[in-house]
Amino acid sequence: MPSALQSKLEILADAAKYDASCASSGAPKRDSRNGKGIGSTTGAGICHSYTPDGRCVSLLKILLTNSCIFDCAYCINRRSSNVRRARFTVEEVVMLTLEFYKRNYIEGLFLSSGIIRDADYTMEQLVEVARQLRDVHGFRGYIHLKAIPEASQDLIAQAGRHADRLSINVELPTETGLKRYAPEKRTSTIRSTMAGLKLKIDAVKGERKAPRFSPSGQSTQMIVGADGANDAAILSTSATLYASYGLRRIYYSAFSPIPDSSKALPLAAPPLQREHRLYQADWLMRYYGFEASEIVQGSADGMLDLGIDPKLAWALRNRNRFPVDINRADRELLLRVPGLGARTVDWLIDARRHRTLRMDDIARLTGAVRRARPFIITPDHRPVADSDSALLRARLAPKPVQMSLFG
Amino acid sequence: MSTQYRIVMHEETSLEEFREHVRALIAARVAPRAVTWMTTGDDLFGATPLPDAKIPKFTVPGAYVELAREVLHHRDPQRFSLLYTLLWRLLHEDRMLLSIFSDPLVYKLRQMQKAVGRDLHKMTAFLRFRKIEDDDGERFIAWFEPQHLILKPAAEFFVKRFANMRWSVLTPDGSMHWNGRVVAFGPAVTKAQAPAEDSMEEWWRSYYRATFNPARANPKMMKTEMPVRYWKNLPEASLIPELLAQAEQRTGTMIEAAPTAPRKVRAPVSAVAEEGGEAQSLAALKTQAAACQRCPLFCDATQTVFGEGPADAPVVFVGEQPGDQEDLAGQPFIGPAGQLFDRAMAEAGVDRSRAYVTNAVKHFKFTPRGKKRIHQKPNTGEVERCRWWLDRELALIRPKLLVALGGTAARALTGKDVKITQMRGRTVHLRDGMSVLFTVHPSYLLRLPDAAAQAAEYRRFVDDLTQVRLALPALARAA
Repeated sequence: MPSALQSKLEILADAAKYDASCASSGAPKRDSRNGKGIGSTTGAGICHSYTPDGRCVSLLKILLTNSCIFDCAYCINRRSSNVRRARFTVEEVVMLTLEFYKRNYIEGLFLSSGIIRDADYTMEQLVEVARQLRDVHGFRGYIHLKAIPEASQDLIAQAGRHADRLSINVELPTETGLKRYAPEKRTSTIRSTMAGLKLKIDAVKGERKAPRFSPSGQSTQMIVGADGANDAAILSTSATLYASYGLRRIYYSAFSPIPDSSKALPLAAPPLQREHRLYQADWLMRYYGFEASEIVQGSADGMLDLGIDPKLAWALRNRNRFPVDINRADRELLLRVPGLGARTVDWLIDARRHRTLRMDDIARLTGAVRRARPFIITPDHRPVADSDSALLRARLAPKPVQMSLFG
Repeated sequence: MSTQYRIVMHEETSLEEFREHVRALIAARVAPRAVTWMTTGDDLFGATPLPDAKIPKFTVPGAYVELAREVLHHRDPQRFSLLYTLLWRLLHEDRMLLSIFSDPLVYKLRQMQKAVGRDLHKMTAFLRFRKIEDDDGERFIAWFEPQHLILKPAAEFFVKRFANMRWSVLTPDGSMHWNGRVVAFGPAVTKAQAPAEDSMEEWWRSYYRATFNPARANPKMMKTEMPVRYWKNLPEASLIPELLAQAEQRTGTMIEAAPTAPRKVRAPVSAVAEEGGEAQSLAALKTQAAACQRCPLFCDATQTVFGEGPADAPVVFVGEQPGDQEDLAGQPFIGPAGQLFDRAMAEAGVDRSRAYVTNAVKHFKFTPRGKKRIHQKPNTGEVERCRWWLDRELALIRPKLLVALGGTAARALTGKDVKITQMRGRTVHLRDGMSVLFTVHPSYLLRLPDAAAQAAEYRRFVDDLTQVRLALPALARAA
């Protein structure tokens, strides 16, 4: 194979690495036993490797081209950037996907692109890759396509027929941020395209004979730390997006210094811990019944505590709700106890029907019993009622460690 | 001292064989501590024959069978004895034992089950095929070193995924081969029998190198998800030390490098029309309204839902605000309330396509709750700000009659609080030759809990709409 293609692969993988989304789950189960094609989906998605940043490599994540007519300050591919440009042909992407897939390197393809010529032309090219994979090669692996917000409804409909998931990035959490850093993008266009996807996804749900449309739903990404939005603003935007468009996931991508970055942006090291806390907070909203506002309530600057996880931070601010009796409290309350995950709570409720749970039972059910201790009551344990929140925080926060890249 | 029994498992991962043994043990009432479990490898003395006993009928919770099936693939020689102890306790102590995750034995076996599941998952993830060519064409061969004895349960995954390829998986515990029709299991082989390279591996390494962002190095996280014991057979793992070693320097260089002069590329023509002067048509007004930020409601709503209908409509229906469906689709009155409205209009004989339908407030106001949006009533300030658009719609259409659907619309049209309960069905002269008829909002009908009240109120609503048709004969539906 020509080495020119290999350097294209390097450029266009490098250009795609700032998109945090990686999931390959939620597709309907299928396999290739009764066909000529290749591939399967298991419903769960498989991470085939991990990069040294701990992110999962599940899909061949590349751009069709990194040329772009837009000039978004946070993006390495903006038209005023001096990066090397490259463009794959449709056939090249198809070949790479199949060859990687056959060797079990990947679950499928995540294809995005800079905007070339116009939105429709770009979308057409993305759709063509997916169409060739599905129709010409019988590919049954996972396909995630980026939907271009300004593209025609007809092209979006075609994309949804071939792809397992479509996504549109909201990019920045606030309208003002977007206006400042992505002057050619509009919140309203992005949102109405998401709304259109939701309507199409809902329309085929439960209709067995309907043509398929993005069965694994839609997701989005937000860049964190490029504009001035605080965590309260970010979580409130997320709550609105989840409620409005039935998103499967929101990816938070800590703004990362990029080569040849724009003067408009802060050149700070990425707040990776902040990104991590946002994911934890997002989790609390989706699986633990927390409202966005209560997660950051009581914080002066609207930011999550970087030192401790948001659930523990919430519990320390709401000491009056604790301690809870492990053998009696209802599920909603147990879910709010630091150190008890949703699965632990289910096990716990199952087990206490038959046994009175004691402290060593709890220790076997959760790996985080140390964090839970001050908030729970068992027949053999009652926390000291008056221990001070600040002291408690100091005791429960992970020991500060020397930050090292090579730990 | 009571007799010690030796049981030999010939096929150590076989549930069927294990089941035979435990059935006999239970029948002979042999307590777990009286059994020594062995596999053929350490079978120096052979099995101790069990006393003959009629095997009683007994049932075992389905969850136990599942647990045993999976735990048997664990490499720990203790597993047989632990599983038998659990069975003994299930039958003699507590049938609900499996629900008690905090029981030490249940906990230990669940951990083993989890370890097997995880290893199986990692095998589907970290196994790498290498391609060779033989007389029949392409063949794919992988060398993999699983932590547990999972070759057989792993087969299904690879058969389903690579059904139309010929492939082999070689492991230190055994091998399996797929010819496109059946899987054949064979003896253990050595790594030397697997191909040493593949032409795509250099490509895969290129991809892996390029997809790593040095500013985010986090090797601890990586090792949690991709344990080091799997690295030696992953072609990309050889890059990890080098990538990590360079990460800090690469990041530093990026941050320190002065921004280069931006490439001069002509900006594309912007497709977005800016808000201009006074709109002369409904279409122009609608475009202007799309960018409306007169009140904060635009922040969370999807889009401005503008009015719809002919520019010369003799009647304008005004609702409160768009709802969830309207917000998503960008059209007024299409959700549940809109459908009820359509039904009532049809019964009253009014042609909706001849009418203009709009809302007092053009953005959806809501509070997010999980995966739903809860409708919030717009406040007076929001209604006042949005009147700017409503007034311009009315100025361009110049209808004869306005229909206020509910209190918010009445407020927007009259500038006053109007009690719909008192004014319902009445028409009031407004200004510029326009009159306004007051009625309820169709969503009010949907909210009535009592079916009889709902039917009665619906009749009154149809009556109100009939008044519209009588006042404006041009609206009558051609039927």
